[in-house]
Amino acid sequence: MSDAQQLVVARTCTETNSHLFSGCGYPAPSYENFIYTPVFHIGFLEVTKPMLLVVLAVVLILVFFGFAFWKPTMKPRRWWGAQNIGELAILAVRNQVLRPQLGSKGDRYLPFLVSMFFFIWLLNIFELIPVLQFPATSLFALPVSLTLIVWPTYLFIGMKHQGPIGYFKNMAVPAGAPWWILPLLSPIELLSNIFVRPFTLSIRLMANMLSGHLLLLVFGLASWYLASLSIGLLFAATSFVVFLLVFSLEVLITLLQAFIFTTLTAFYISDALESAH
Amino acid sequence: MHYLAGAIQQPANPLVPGPVELILGLLGFFIVFGTLAKVLLPRATKLLQERTDAIDGGLERAKETQDEANRTLEQYRAQLQDARHEAARMREQAKEEGAQIIAQMREEAQVEARRITEAARAQIEADRQQAFATLRAEVGALSVQLASKIVGESLDDEARQSRVVDRFLADLEANQDAASGARASS
Repeated sequence: MSDAQQLVVARTCTETNSHLFSGCGYPAPSYENFIYTPVFHIGFLEVTKPMLLVVLAVVLILVFFGFAFWKPTMKPRRWWGAQNIGELAILAVRNQVLRPQLGSKGDRYLPFLVSMFFFIWLLNIFELIPVLQFPATSLFALPVSLTLIVWPTYLFIGMKHQGPIGYFKNMAVPAGAPWWILPLLSPIELLSNIFVRPFTLSIRLMANMLSGHLLLLVFGLASWYLASLSIGLLFAATSFVVFLLVFSLEVLITLLQAFIFTTLTAFYISDALESAH
Repeated sequence: MHYLAGAIQQPANPLVPGPVELILGLLGFFIVFGTLAKVLLPRATKLLQERTDAIDGGLERAKETQDEANRTLEQYRAQLQDARHEAARMREQAKEEGAQIIAQMREEAQVEARRITEAARAQIEADRQQAFATLRAEVGALSVQLASKIVGESLDDEARQSRVVDRFLADLEANQDAASGARASS
């Protein structure tokens, strides 16, 4: 076969038309599946599906909370109405994320954490919605952009509340540590608090969403690939069951990752507010 | 095709953030955060605070009203108790006064009756005395007249005349006594 022929074969074997015994191999998913071709262009800007998903998430959040709190009433109009659900949503973030870390004195950070939580959660849950079915947070750019907000925020709060030098001094010399361990402890603490935190924060979210999406792709594609009138149907069914299990797990993980990211943000802020660990 | 080829040619490194997505993420978050922090969540938290206040205030007011009601009830009970005592006392007093009045009136009536009786008795006595005196005079005169006519002897002498009359009357009384004593023994 010449190169041209190989290219033709590669072109014709796509993810949708490949089946067992059809001569095409299993179209194993890879990071290529996370790179989208532009849907359309605005000038030089190539607009891709993940970008549209980000815009959609922003719009959905604004529409929902707009409906909920534009003109809130003392007695919510309907128990299933936007206001009642919106109240549940912000109270959930306040009571489950903010209060355990910051206490009630940290209520001023509620809008920050609510925005953070729902922005991430919506971008995550898009993974599980047909047609959308992609978590924009699995692209490193989005966790990085959020971390670029969280990181300066807690550094600024720390320097503001503990003094520019006091903040780093308290960081390097944890309360109750014996003097002889400081040469070892101080560099680790400084490195951890200033440089490792933003990396772990962003990579945790990205890696979780990427691996989740990859797992769904593996079993979703396998179900489709194995679905033929042969013994493959049995494997396809098995694969589909696993797909459903992974899907259920992802429902949990999308929520959990948003929760972890927001909780850690709250923890970093509370850590910056008070030096005592 | 050009863009697809471009995408494939890119080194697919998951740890290299795309600049457009990065800026879009920042922009998206700031739009969400700005709107929620400046407009929507203040309204929500204000409402929640108002609702908490309303509920607390309502409970506070309900407690106050309950206390007020309890106080008033106690007051009424005390007043009722007082009124009962007062009524019993007044009943007692009225009974005493009634008895006193009855006793007093009875005494007054007795005194009055006694007085009337006394007066009547005195009157009778006086009448009797008067009648007796009159009778004595007239009976004396008549008897003397009668006797003088019978005897033909004028008894002009006052002293003698009265002596005769007295003797006569004494006889008369004696006879009368004898007659009444005989009547009583029969």
